[in-house]
Amino acid sequence: MTMMGYKCMQQGGSVLYRLTGATGRRLVAAVPLVWLLVFFLLPLLETLQVSFTTAQRSVPPYAPLWGFDETGFFTNFTLDNYALLAAYWQDYIGPAGNSIKLAFFSTLVCLLFAYPMAWWIARSTAKWRVVLLVMVMLPFWTSSLLRIYALIGLLNPNGFINSLLIWLGLIDAPLRMMQTDFSIYMGMVLTYLPLMILPLYAVMVRLDDDVIEVATDLGASSVAVWWTVILPLTLPGVIAGSLLVFIPAVGEFVIPALLGGPDQLMMGKVLWTEFFRNRDWPVAAAIAMLLLAILTVPIIYARYQDGREDHASDPQAGTP
Amino acid sequence: MAPFIRLTALTKRFDEVVAVDNLSLDIEKGELFCLLGASGCGKSTLLRMLAGFEQPSAGRIEIDGQNMAGVAPADRPVNIMFQNYALFPHMSVAGNIGYGLRRAGMRGAALGERIDALLKLVRLSGYGGRKPHQLSGGQRQRVALARALARQPKLLLLDEPLAALDKKLREDTQFELVDIQEKLDTTFMVVTHDQEEAMTLAGRIGIMDQGQLVQVDTPRTLYESPKNVFVADFLGMISFVEGRVTKCTKTGLVIDSQPPITAALDQQRGLASQLQAGDKITLAIRPEKINLSATAKGAVNEIPIVVEDLAYLGVASNYRVKTAQGQMFKLQQQQNRRADKPPEWGDAGFIQFDPADVIVLS
Repeated sequence: MTMMGYKCMQQGGSVLYRLTGATGRRLVAAVPLVWLLVFFLLPLLETLQVSFTTAQRSVPPYAPLWGFDETGFFTNFTLDNYALLAAYWQDYIGPAGNSIKLAFFSTLVCLLFAYPMAWWIARSTAKWRVVLLVMVMLPFWTSSLLRIYALIGLLNPNGFINSLLIWLGLIDAPLRMMQTDFSIYMGMVLTYLPLMILPLYAVMVRLDDDVIEVATDLGASSVAVWWTVILPLTLPGVIAGSLLVFIPAVGEFVIPALLGGPDQLMMGKVLWTEFFRNRDWPVAAAIAMLLLAILTVPIIYARYQDGREDHASDPQAGTP
Repeated sequence: MAPFIRLTALTKRFDEVVAVDNLSLDIEKGELFCLLGASGCGKSTLLRMLAGFEQPSAGRIEIDGQNMAGVAPADRPVNIMFQNYALFPHMSVAGNIGYGLRRAGMRGAALGERIDALLKLVRLSGYGGRKPHQLSGGQRQRVALARALARQPKLLLLDEPLAALDKKLREDTQFELVDIQEKLDTTFMVVTHDQEEAMTLAGRIGIMDQGQLVQVDTPRTLYESPKNVFVADFLGMISFVEGRVTKCTKTGLVIDSQPPITAALDQQRGLASQLQAGDKITLAIRPEKINLSATAKGAVNEIPIVVEDLAYLGVASNYRVKTAQGQMFKLQQQQNRRADKPPEWGDAGFIQFDPADVIVLS
């Protein structure tokens, strides 16, 4: 074959690759993108527009945001729902505070349990890692509602734990465990723990053993190794896990409702009441949007700052 | 005076596997010693025992007169540079280099000065603020070296220091490494499977096989006077001929081999007193010691051959030739003249080598 022919073939190959390779890659990226668009972005936009309309007795129970009738274009756009939240903020700040407090401490407890667990799994032999990870995820395969009821069965005044303790003669009267902070946090931590373990495990399993040995070799105590090397390198997992637990925990409705007492009103309960009891979807949507903004804006801002910092420290000079 | 580093009957067992087997070795202060061996020969285990990451099953390690038994890695006057460098990705170059110094309690201006001096030593002045991911492979290697040297260890362990660099960079880096070692007069122990790396870096090389040191010598002695077939075969190319001693004189041996070969006796090794007529021996000849010519000259050890295989390398050509008896020889011919027309495949000719260049292995 001549040199020319060879070159042509090479180019032909690269064109073919560019056609198939690129479209293939785009297709792979497009599937989750479409999925997110349809099932995540569209409902979000729907909720956003509902938050700017007024409630009415109809199906669905709110006025359309805009449309056309015999007089032409009309809109029901209003900021009344947000104004209502602003006016009656005292009614909402309590439940919001309760929810954020619950989410915060649930996240913290999850982190305290998950960090050593994930470390232990990541440091196990490859065969054991699979077994332990499956055990972590196993509860996820049963309905969360079922698990909550199982927990109630354990914690009830005449439940398993109390019966056992009385039978052993350790206590005379059943301990009050249900409808307390203890039962709520039990439920929260049991439900959300895997979401914390998995991202922590993902960063820990990739952690280079040599880096830890080098730190030891350079004179670091085990506490110093953890503080100066392991913690900074696992921080992305801590952040990811904390967000994965904190964000859904703020809106958690089922666990406080089933395990908690009547005294603590959570944001999830407020939303539920607005949606289903008052059938005021616009106000409920406004609460949801406001909560979303309060939770996500700081996160997005932090990520943005992070990205800028990385960019600023890029090298400008060449290599020697 | 006891040597600077002394390993005595050192043994490490992992369950049934003996990784390091009753190994003894002395290393002098300021030496650049190299452990050379194939993967799995136990050299990494030896390195990890010196660093303190593994405890010996038996035997002892002494550094500068101090027994290392029970001394934690952090408290040993030993630092290690890993093959993959293991830089702290979240710290700057200065943070990496200063890590060991900070652990030792150094702060402020003294710390800054020491880091600057180390950066200068590895020619990275002005790079203190960079992150490891912003550096090239060669620069990363130099950061790892500076970090390992920061605490002024009595012994620096280097695990395949050049393996992660590309070929061109390796050549520059290996001389730089030797320069730094000479400047600091720190004892270096390099572990590698790469014989070229070992030959260019080391003052002495220890060849390791199955947990034991087979031979410890200068690169030149290892190459020209290997102790046994393993070492001869491990370092560079070589041709072996099996035979029996037929006559043993003061100056040489006549050997009954196919083809017959005359070998001068290696006086240093004192083989003359050990060998008798009838002894089975192995002869070894390095490829560059063999001459190839088209016509016979009537010299000693002249053997007719046919060219079986040849590889043209530019600076030289590598040949595999076959004698009438079926014995193969590997040899190398320099191309000293542009007009040289070396023999081609299938050409008949003669090889010849000096009896003094024949290595006699018992």
